Formats: sequence, C-alpha cells, structure tokens
Amino acid sequence: MADKDLDKGKRRFLLTATIATGAAAGAAAAVPFVASMLPSERAKAAGAPVEVDISGLEPGQKMIVEWRGKPVWVVRRTPEMLKMVATDKDRVADPASARSAQPEYAKNEVRSLKPEYLVVVGICTHLGCSPVDRLAATPEPFASDWHGGFYCPCHGSLFDLAGRVYKNKPAPDNLAVPPYKFVGDTKLIIGEDTQGA
Amino acid sequence: MAATEKKLPVTGAGPFNGVLTWVDQRFPLMSMWRDHISEYYAPKNFNFWYYFGSLAMFVLVLQIVTGIFLTMHYKPDAAQAFASVEYIMRDVPWGWLIRYMHSTGASMFFIVIYLHMFRGLLYGSYRQPRELVWIFGMIIYLLLMAEAFFGYLLPWGQMSFWGAQVIVNLFDALPLIGPDLALWIRGDYVVSDATLNRFFAFHVIAIPLVLVALVGAHILALHEVGSSNPDGIEIKANLGTDGHPVDGIPFHPYYTLKDTFGVMVFLAIFAIVMFFMPEMGGYFLEYNNFIPADPLKTPSHIAPVWYFTPYYSILRAATSEFMYVLAFAVLAYAILIWRSKSFSGGSRFIGVVACLGVIAAFFLIDAKVWGVVFMGLAVMIFFLMPWLDQSSVKSIRYKGTLFRTALTLFVVIFLVLGYYGTQPVTDLGTRISQVGTMLYFAFFMLMPWYSRMDKARPVPARLT
Repeated sequence: MADKDLDKGKRRFLLTATIATGAAAGAAAAVPFVASMLPSERAKAAGAPVEVDISGLEPGQKMIVEWRGKPVWVVRRTPEMLKMVATDKDRVADPASARSAQPEYAKNEVRSLKPEYLVVVGICTHLGCSPVDRLAATPEPFASDWHGGFYCPCHGSLFDLAGRVYKNKPAPDNLAVPPYKFVGDTKLIIGEDTQGA
Repeated sequence: MAATEKKLPVTGAGPFNGVLTWVDQRFPLMSMWRDHISEYYAPKNFNFWYYFGSLAMFVLVLQIVTGIFLTMHYKPDAAQAFASVEYIMRDVPWGWLIRYMHSTGASMFFIVIYLHMFRGLLYGSYRQPRELVWIFGMIIYLLLMAEAFFGYLLPWGQMSFWGAQVIVNLFDALPLIGPDLALWIRGDYVVSDATLNRFFAFHVIAIPLVLVALVGAHILALHEVGSSNPDGIEIKANLGTDGHPVDGIPFHPYYTLKDTFGVMVFLAIFAIVMFFMPEMGGYFLEYNNFIPADPLKTPSHIAPVWYFTPYYSILRAATSEFMYVLAFAVLAYAILIWRSKSFSGGSRFIGVVACLGVIAAFFLIDAKVWGVVFMGLAVMIFFLMPWLDQSSVKSIRYKGTLFRTALTLFVVIFLVLGYYGTQPVTDLGTRISQVGTMLYFAFFMLMPWYSRMDKARPVPARLT
C-alpha cells in the first residue's frame, strides 16, 4: 500500500484506543494485588473486647492489658495524682481534649469515666511508641518540676496523669481513650461501653 | 551485526577461541566485554575515593549470597522468627558466620555508599552530563534504605518491632491518606505477623530485584557519558590518534587490579568487624534486638541503626516552637530570592509565592507532619544537586573557599545529627538537632548563591 493511501486518523484512533484499553486492563489487574495487602478477614475479626479484673490494682499502680494488639493502660490514680492533674492545665497542649480521641464520657479534665481510674491506649500519638511510666512527681532529666505522668522514649513527648500531651512536644494529641465500661466495682470491659460502641 | 558478518576468530589465539567465537556469533559477548571492561577508558588519576563504587557492588553481591543462605533457615512468622534467627546463630553449621556476614554487611554497605556519595560531592560527579548517573544512584540509595528497614524487622526483636512501628507511623502522619496508607502497609491494625510476612517478601525479592536492575542502569548511564575524575575535566575532549582519550586507561587490567586490591583491604576490615565486634558496641546490632518483640512495651531507649540517625534527628527536631524559627528562615529565603536580580522575574515571583505558601502551611499542618516531611526532604534534596551547584568548576580541587567551607560544615553537621540521633531526647540535643537541621537545609538551599559567588581557580587542560 502506498503511503498516500494511509488513513492516519484511523491509525491514531486505533493506537489511542489500544493504549487506553491496555492501560485500563493493567489498572484493573493491579486491584487484586493492591487489595491483597489490606487487613485480612482474620485480622479484622480479631478486635473483640477484653475483660479485666481490677480488684488487685492498688492506688498509684498501673496495669497493662492487650486490646486489639495494643497496650491499654489502667492507672488507679491517688487523690494526690488527681490534684496534680488539676494543676496541669497550663502545661498541656489540649487541656479540654477538644481535638483528641476519646468517648464522650471521657472528654473531661481527668479523661475518664471514674476519676480514680484512667484507661488509655498506651501508644504515643506521635509515631506509635509506648511511653514509659514516670508516675511519681519528682524531678526528671526532661522536666525539673515534673508532675508525674508518662515519657515517650522515642521522641520525648510527655503526658500527664490524664494522658494529656505537654505543649511543644512532637505528639499532637492526648493519648486515645478506648471505649470501656465498668461491670461492678472490680471488673472493666475494654472495647465496649454502655453506648454500644 | 549478523552472526555471519563477524570475522573469525573473535579473539586472539587461545584454547577457547573456538567456543568464544561460537558464542559471540550468537550473543554480543566480546563487544560487551570490550565496551564495559577491556576498552572502557577511565581517567588515569582515580584516587582512594574511587574504590567505593566497585566495593558497593561487591557488598551487594555479598548481601545477596548470604541472604539466600539465610532464607534457607529463617521463618517469616511472628511466632517463630526470633527463635529461627537464634537457631541460625546456634544450631545451623556456620550459621553464625553467615548471619554476621549479612548483618555486618548491611552496615558496611552504608559506610561504602556514604563514602561513594561523598566522593560525588567532592568531585562534582553529579554535574552535567552525569545527572542521570547521580539520579539512578540516589534511587539506589533510597531503595537501600527501604531494603535495610524491611530487613531490620525480620529478626523480630524489640528494636525490629518498635522501629517498624515508628517508621510505618511516619506514613500515618500524612494528611488525608495517612491512616489508610499505614493500614495498607501493615496489613493489620498493629505491626503483626502480616507485616513481618510482607516485609520478608519485599526484603528478599521485590527490592533486591529492582536494586540489581538499577545498579545496571547506573553503570550503563556512567559508561555512556564516561567516568568523571578528581580534576573534574572531561577526558573525552582530548582524544589521541587511536581515538581513545589521551588521559584514559582501559578499565581492565588497570582498574580491575586496583579494585581487587581495594576489595582485599575491605575484606580484611570486614573480617575484623565480623569476628571481633559484630555488634559494634550496639551500633551494627542493637542490644535491645536480642529481646523478642513485645507489642506492649517500648524499650526505654529506642534509636534506629546508625545509618538512619541523621534523618532521625531531623525528624525529632520538628517541634511547634521550631516552626516559628523556620518560618522566619523561609521568610528570609523569600527576601533573598526577591533580591537576586540575576534570576528571571517570573522565577523570582514563583519562588517568593512558594515560600509564603510554605510558611502558611507551617501553621496549618501539625509539627508532627512537618517532622516527617523534613526527614523525607532531607533525603530527597540530594536529587537536586546537579542543578543546585552553579559553580563554574566541578571538582573541589578548583572550587573556592566558600564551597569548601560549606561542604566541610555539611559533613560535620551530618555526623553531629547522626550522633544525636543515637541519643535519648534532651533539651540540649533537641536544640543542637534544630540548628543542625537548619544548616543541613541551608547547605542545599543556599548553594545556587554561594556556588556562584565562590571564586574558582583555573582548571588545567590535562589531568594532574
């Protein structure tokens, strides 16, 4: 066929159509591979609530419970500790927990259902390390007039005894409070509350 | 060239002439050998710094070979991974040697790569026409970081677990897509068995495959334009009567021999580290990684392995009050751009608007996100080197005091940031990291100015 007989418009159309079809097919073929990396049904199902016996927890002590693979802390705060929390208002970045994650019943100064018990997810809101206990109000290398709370060893974020983050630290938010409820005086259920979360 | 057109025999006299000729008629064996080895003309004055390219390739092979043998015994399963590494160390015949070769090799790889990159900065190896060589190299460096990160999770120790937790959460910090992206990377709501299994897949096949291909591209691009040299002049500009550069010598046997010597010295050092100090005081293998991963308890001090620590310091430097200092710095930068009349009006306008946009974003987006962004930028900014360096000469030998001072300062800052990245957070450390972060970026961002102002010395016509 001589060059002058070529229908260049038709060729260009066929070329574009072929490329477009191939690209669409390629993108569609990528979907199963990308989706296969999402959490599996088994991973999604492993989120059941956990029941915790808190009868052995003495005032001033902390226990760690695993919930959805994360550490959940239960701290039984003494009246002195709660007094310290009340004086932290000017030190913390979000004193009223306006932008932090917690159920409605924990959106208060002490960030808990019962002021005595603090229940928080022990994962720093910065990059996910688990902060360490510095519960006593004694001078620390990172704060000379320390009021007691938690210190993140990874990037130095500080949290008070209500899990509220200190100002000018890398973590943006207070520690998250999971949904929880008390069953009687000695039992705590984490992952479920009376509002049916 | 069709097979029949090739003259026989293809090599000189020798016992394998017949076989080689037969192969060469069907595969471009001799031309590849000539183009890349026996008749690849390299500048005759390669010095100490030029050992590290071939050494990097050597370590890559070492890592691949030791890695293959480790996968024969390792189990990518959260319940068995830690124990399988200890099994390799104690029960597998010579398993300890292969494992220590691999773990020491990882750190040595970064030492070699950092020195190789420093060579590029010294002699301007990134300058035109070698921009693509530099860019391929930078992608290799990025992939190497990914490879090291994925590999570090596999022993499933405390540092493996919490290191992965922190790095995956870097993606979580990104606005909008962050949480879903982190979930997709982990394959679970926490770093878990699913994460370990896929990191294993990335570490043993996905990344190495791309890495090897890119090393090929890096070398092909280099051989297309020819190697640079400590004088930073083009040897191809001065060809002899034989058509080869007057200042060039064939890669083989001259540099194959030199590099073999380099490999021998390297292996001696490697053996000393591997046999007498495989943990290198906690820098090559961190002590906390000899404790099995515990998702409920972060070790009291966590730090990445040494080769990531400069960037880790930059990540930690971003606090909300630091953003104000940075905003002033960017404002000053905007003024500098506006006053630089040698740039075109349009580009000055775009530059100033971009600066003001960045300042606005500093206060609209959390400092946490900026820490992640700065860390990413600190690595990525190397990509721009070919365009940031406006000096009239390539090599440090002929650059003036300004550039020499800047580069020296940069190396010091890189090391200081690296040191503070290994240390727990203190107020002093944070301040030093913040100053370091500013200077780190100043080295790159101000380069178009100081590299122009710099008084370069005359470059010789021939290699010295």
